[in-house]
Amino acid sequence: MSKELNSIPVLDSIPQWFDAIVGKEGNAFKGLQNVRTSALEDFNRLGFPNKKMEKWRSTDLKNVLSFDYSMATKDFLMKDILEEVFECEVQELDSYVMNLYKGRFVYKESPLHILDDGVIVGSLSAAFDKYPELVEKHFGKYAKTENNAFNALNTALFLDGLFVYIPKNVKVEKPLQLINAVGTTEDVFVQNRNLIILEENSQLTLIHCDDSYNYKRSFTNSVTEIVLGANASIDHYRLQNINNNSSLKSTVAVEQARDSRLNTNSIILNGGLIRNESFVTLNGEGAHADILGVYLADKNQHIDNQVYVDHAVPHCTSNELFKGILDDYARAVFNGHILVRRDAQETLASQNNANIILTDKAMINTKPFLEIYADDVKCSHGATVGQLDDSALFYIRQRGISEDNARMLLMYAFAAEVTQKIKIDSLRERVEDMVKKRLRGELSICDQCVLQCSNPEKYNFEIDMSKI
Amino acid sequence: MAQDEKRLIEEVTQSEYKYGFVTDIETETAPKGLNEDTVRYISTQKNEPEWLLEHRLKAFRKWKEMEQPNWAHLKIAEIDFQDIIYYAAPKKKKELASLDEVDPELIDTFNKLGISLEEQKRLSNVAVDAVIDSVSVKTTFTDTLAKHGILFCSFSDAVKNYPDLVKKYLGMAVSPSDNFFAALNTAVFSDGSFCYIPKGVRSPMELSTYFRINAANTGQFERTLIIAEEGSYVSYMEGCTAPQRDENQLHAAIVEIIAMKDAEVKYSTVQNWYPGNKEGKGGIYNFVTKRGICKGDHSKISWTQVETGSAITWKYPSCILSGDNSVGEFYSVAVTNNYQQADTGSKMIHLGKNTKSTIISKGISAGHSNNSYRGLVKMTKRATNSRNYSQCDSLLLGDQCGAHTFPYIEGANKSSIIEHEATTSKISEDQLFYCQQRGISQESAVGLIVNGYAKEVLNKLPMEFAVEAQKLLSISLEGSVG
Repeated sequence: MSKELNSIPVLDSIPQWFDAIVGKEGNAFKGLQNVRTSALEDFNRLGFPNKKMEKWRSTDLKNVLSFDYSMATKDFLMKDILEEVFECEVQELDSYVMNLYKGRFVYKESPLHILDDGVIVGSLSAAFDKYPELVEKHFGKYAKTENNAFNALNTALFLDGLFVYIPKNVKVEKPLQLINAVGTTEDVFVQNRNLIILEENSQLTLIHCDDSYNYKRSFTNSVTEIVLGANASIDHYRLQNINNNSSLKSTVAVEQARDSRLNTNSIILNGGLIRNESFVTLNGEGAHADILGVYLADKNQHIDNQVYVDHAVPHCTSNELFKGILDDYARAVFNGHILVRRDAQETLASQNNANIILTDKAMINTKPFLEIYADDVKCSHGATVGQLDDSALFYIRQRGISEDNARMLLMYAFAAEVTQKIKIDSLRERVEDMVKKRLRGELSICDQCVLQCSNPEKYNFEIDMSKI
Repeated sequence: MAQDEKRLIEEVTQSEYKYGFVTDIETETAPKGLNEDTVRYISTQKNEPEWLLEHRLKAFRKWKEMEQPNWAHLKIAEIDFQDIIYYAAPKKKKELASLDEVDPELIDTFNKLGISLEEQKRLSNVAVDAVIDSVSVKTTFTDTLAKHGILFCSFSDAVKNYPDLVKKYLGMAVSPSDNFFAALNTAVFSDGSFCYIPKGVRSPMELSTYFRINAANTGQFERTLIIAEEGSYVSYMEGCTAPQRDENQLHAAIVEIIAMKDAEVKYSTVQNWYPGNKEGKGGIYNFVTKRGICKGDHSKISWTQVETGSAITWKYPSCILSGDNSVGEFYSVAVTNNYQQADTGSKMIHLGKNTKSTIISKGISAGHSNNSYRGLVKMTKRATNSRNYSQCDSLLLGDQCGAHTFPYIEGANKSSIIEHEATTSKISEDQLFYCQQRGISQESAVGLIVNGYAKEVLNKLPMEFAVEAQKLLSISLEGSVG
């Protein structure tokens, strides 16, 4: 570890936090003590990533790690906290809502619900107490700690998170919404851990929102593990909209069995520094993964998407599409990596990253990697960096639409390729609305909640055809 | 079908390296190992001026602090840099006045290589500078070129005769501390080619260098410097071979191109160093730094390469497009077979306005080989209205090989467009079937398809090379079916 990195204040706090949560004084998750201790060892060995590492050369954590963050070390479950923190639910969306506040689980009646059909939804820590075997079978198996410092830190220090268990042949019709909010107090460091298990032939829609309550600084290190049994299917939406002082490092590790389907869609609207890492392992024949994302960044924001798809067995398909619009001084990073292993024949994989840069100060680094060891495969990737199409702009303006509106329309259409893939109507409408607002600059973190939708429409997208 | 495939693949993997002979020429070598004395020895051997020795020593000191890079997708057996002879020259019996006095063994070598110096001189219109083990042995057509004011000679002669030019441009594109292998080359380079095209001159013929490693245990460290003055044009070709030996030999070269305003340089390489035997034993480690600077406005540098040889290839011909409206091009076919490894691609650094670059890379992997494309396209803030198009295709023949693509794309202004696309696949069954249905044997059909696949790049090669490259491709791959 270099000298420079030793000056990260959090490094001094980590041993104390660990002692308080896991060590002599702590008593959380007794059964996990060994796992947590070895994860801490991994973290101590790895240290926080720096720019000299290939995977981090475009994302600098020095600034966001220079604050003396604090972390809660007790009271894992919270009852009835401020209602207004969680105003961000998608209205008109009939869903189960789970709330995490600063990495702790918030509940009204009970931290763990067992539904009639055997579905278990609730706090991970409560699930650890009640169903240790079920949790330990999968926990920590997919988000590796040996070579990923943030996964290691999360495993060592996490407080709580969402646990979902869907038994065989159960289809959960209602979407499940997880809202992880930070804020209210200064400089908070949050370790959030989720485990989602889908047994054979089951189905779930999960909406994972990361929001911030106000402008206070925070650093969230979130790890989600998703296990898909044979023929299971999950629609996973990530909505990320945190303030410009906050950082979010979010890992999603997915393990897919035979014929399972993953559809993950990341909508990144706002954030000081966001880094998403997705690790998808296609480990059963016939598995399919759609990994989509759209990112809109301005000011000094930094958005980094890392997608690693491992085609471990034959006959799997994967499809990646990430689109981004960068304004002001914003910086975005995309690093896709498709690995096709030696015998993973008949693989079909595609990877696409398209970017629009609006200013000369914005920057994009994109690295679409292919690593292929099997011959009977079709893999393709593409990356573009460009700007709005002048002739398209001209075409629209020619029809009497103002330049501002025309630009909005084009940017909106650019992002729509990803947003329109959202399968839940009310969510799609909400996201599209947010994208419009974001492009108009109206969607900075509103005072209370990002989804305050009271602003009058400044730009009219509905074009009156009768006048043309 | 499966049987056929196996047989054909075996045939391919067994096709022999035909340049693997050793020529019995007495050589003068430096003692093994590398230290400041070795650097001084080389410099003294070549009667170099003080400034060049200083330049070498500076690079050597930098090199000592550097570590061998390990970021490439390559498995490199540890190289003992102290176990290499850094200087080997064919022993000079006396000063040579004409070609007739050149060692007949040497002439024979070049005849075997198909670049008979004599014949080249008479029949084709190509000026050749032949470099054997580290020393330039013969440069043809010097006089004809001199009429046009073109300077084309060995690097040592250039140091002797045009020290000002060498001093001014040496290290301009590749600084002594650029990277590990560039620093090593700068410290111990023994010879190479030098080419200077004066203002407004269009070279009347293609210039060519032929490199050959002959002596055992030696590394070859040659250096090429091409300077194209305002409004000039030159097409430059480079070919290379080495004898068949069990141990790995090191080749770390530098090519620097400087193109002034309106100048155009076209650099073509057919790289056919000994690739090792079919178990992956022996072969050349080819670590080359090639870089061109489009210094002036409207200048153009074009790299074309056909890479079929070497056990390991580590090579990224690059263009720094600093002049406004300058153009960089990179066309590459890289073939790996048996246990060969290649990590090759291009870097296009856009600094000037309205600059354009194109990258076309075709990788073909067979046997147990690994073939990677690694490239960088960088648009700086100042490079407004610039354009890049990259296309990197990989073809896999056989299920034990690997094909990888590692593009790095960095955009930092709002008016430039960067496009990158890549595909990886095997030979289409449909195309094979179509050909076979029309009575073309499987083997020829594969040859046809592979050649068609590489055509886009082969078309960019000068005539003489295109023929050689096509032959090489068929030797390496004819009949392999994925």
